Amino acid sequence: MGLPDSSQDLTSEMEVDAFRRIFPLRFFERHLSESLRPDARPLDKARDTIVNLGLVSTADGSALAKIGSTTMLAAIRMEVMTPSTESPDEGCIAVEFHMPPICSPIVRPGRPAEAAPVISKRLSDTILSSGMIDLKELCLVSGKAAWMGYLDIYCLDADGALFDAALLSAVAAFSNLQIPVVALNDNGRIVAISDEKEQDNASIIEEEAVNKEKRKLTLKNIPFSLTCILHKNYILADPTTEEESIMDTLVTVVLDSSDQMVSFYKSGGEALAYSSSIKSCVELARKRAKELKEILGEMDVD
Amino acid sequence: MEIDREDGRTPNQLRPLACSRNILHRSHGSASWSQGDTKVLAAVYGPKAGTKKNENPEKACFEVIWKPKTGQIGKVEKEYEMILKRTIQSICVLTVNPNTTTSVIIQVVHDDGSLLPCAINAACAALVDAGIPMKHLAVAICCCLADNGYAVLDPNKLEEKKMTALAYLVFPNTTLSVLPEGSSLVEGEPVEHGIITSVTHGVMSVDDYFLCVENGRAATASLSAFFRKNFQQSQRDSSKAG
Repeated sequence: MGLPDSSQDLTSEMEVDAFRRIFPLRFFERHLSESLRPDARPLDKARDTIVNLGLVSTADGSALAKIGSTTMLAAIRMEVMTPSTESPDEGCIAVEFHMPPICSPIVRPGRPAEAAPVISKRLSDTILSSGMIDLKELCLVSGKAAWMGYLDIYCLDADGALFDAALLSAVAAFSNLQIPVVALNDNGRIVAISDEKEQDNASIIEEEAVNKEKRKLTLKNIPFSLTCILHKNYILADPTTEEESIMDTLVTVVLDSSDQMVSFYKSGGEALAYSSSIKSCVELARKRAKELKEILGEMDVD
Repeated sequence: MEIDREDGRTPNQLRPLACSRNILHRSHGSASWSQGDTKVLAAVYGPKAGTKKNENPEKACFEVIWKPKTGQIGKVEKEYEMILKRTIQSICVLTVNPNTTTSVIIQVVHDDGSLLPCAINAACAALVDAGIPMKHLAVAICCCLADNGYAVLDPNKLEEKKMTALAYLVFPNTTLSVLPEGSSLVEGEPVEHGIITSVTHGVMSVDDYFLCVENGRAATASLSAFFRKNFQQSQRDSSKAG
């Protein structure tokens, strides 16, 4: 009689792909009632996660993180700058998130993605407020020279949960970061010491090395994030782009290694978050933080 | 141990609220909302025909433009625009006017802490003034945590700087209903306890977050009452004049 009846006739005849395109919500709800998703994942399971370190040889630290198909490449370059007068013995980190047209069909060169500056700011806030990096470690000469780290994250493939993958790649890049060796020369300026062996001993005696060898930053309170979708009574962990476009309520929980909440981000959406959903999301985020900690732990030597 | 706030408020006390609607004549709806010294002006133009490129034409579309008091538009403003857009999309009935765009323009007049909640409240009042169909209002509050674990509502700028963490929370407004209380519960909680939007800054424990949410929910009752009184008053005034 109305649409429901005719669709029931159609569903017996329609191909799965066509049904998925024409009635996407119904397609997903059929799966959710069996506690599964179309890619056969249970509702609380995140996609396979891979992290690779040190891919960009020209950068001081880099990492590639893949969560399912979502791919993020993070690279850090260190530059010397003069610290501000309010914090003379602290360095600085600048985080930038780019969504080049390669990542998604909706991003075109003249039409930058709306999500890019928002994710950029959220990453910056999360990394700085979690206290993962002690900015005092980036100081070279108090009041005169300190390190500025430019962290650039490029989205190579946008398939949902962009913030999670970007944060993971940023954390991995920081764990891979090796601060270059510099020296203070006669003019009071910091110069980089190259690794070439032809450097003769005379020049080394003139220049006083500020740090003897390449060192790594100590990372404490590493933040791990998980994005979930709230839909009616279901909570789906780690959504893909298709799921995000159909069910629009996203909740991102960021926990650090000491189980403190760094961020609880819910931006509108049809479903409201009640106490029970908040608790479930936090639980899922805890489990995910453990998984991610293991994955990162396999990468790091320390 | 009680917290002493500089302006003498109790931890759960909000600053004096003021709302005036229909202040701009060219826009279809406008409102000015102030909480203490923080003042935000919101204007609504719409619905206008057509949606933007990647938006669903079967639903109404919203665009938000955030103008800071000074300086250029940067990532902070873009984030606020996106949070406001998604919050407005979740409170408005999108199916009534499909394939239309409604613009909400936010102008910051003065920022003395708790800016985003003030802007969300102003946008809500402006949308009501413009007559955009909505399911319920979005009532926004800022709750922050001091280092001794106490939660403080509606901080001003100085207080915000001193706090360890803060949370901007947006709830639906409280309902006055003739139905008995138990009938409108969702998952055992009344509808107005659900969080529409939550943005946190700084590190807090999970229990502290729940404390902020509790305090926020309690405050929405007084904010909802203020909204209701303000709208009813202007309705009475306009019916007397007309």
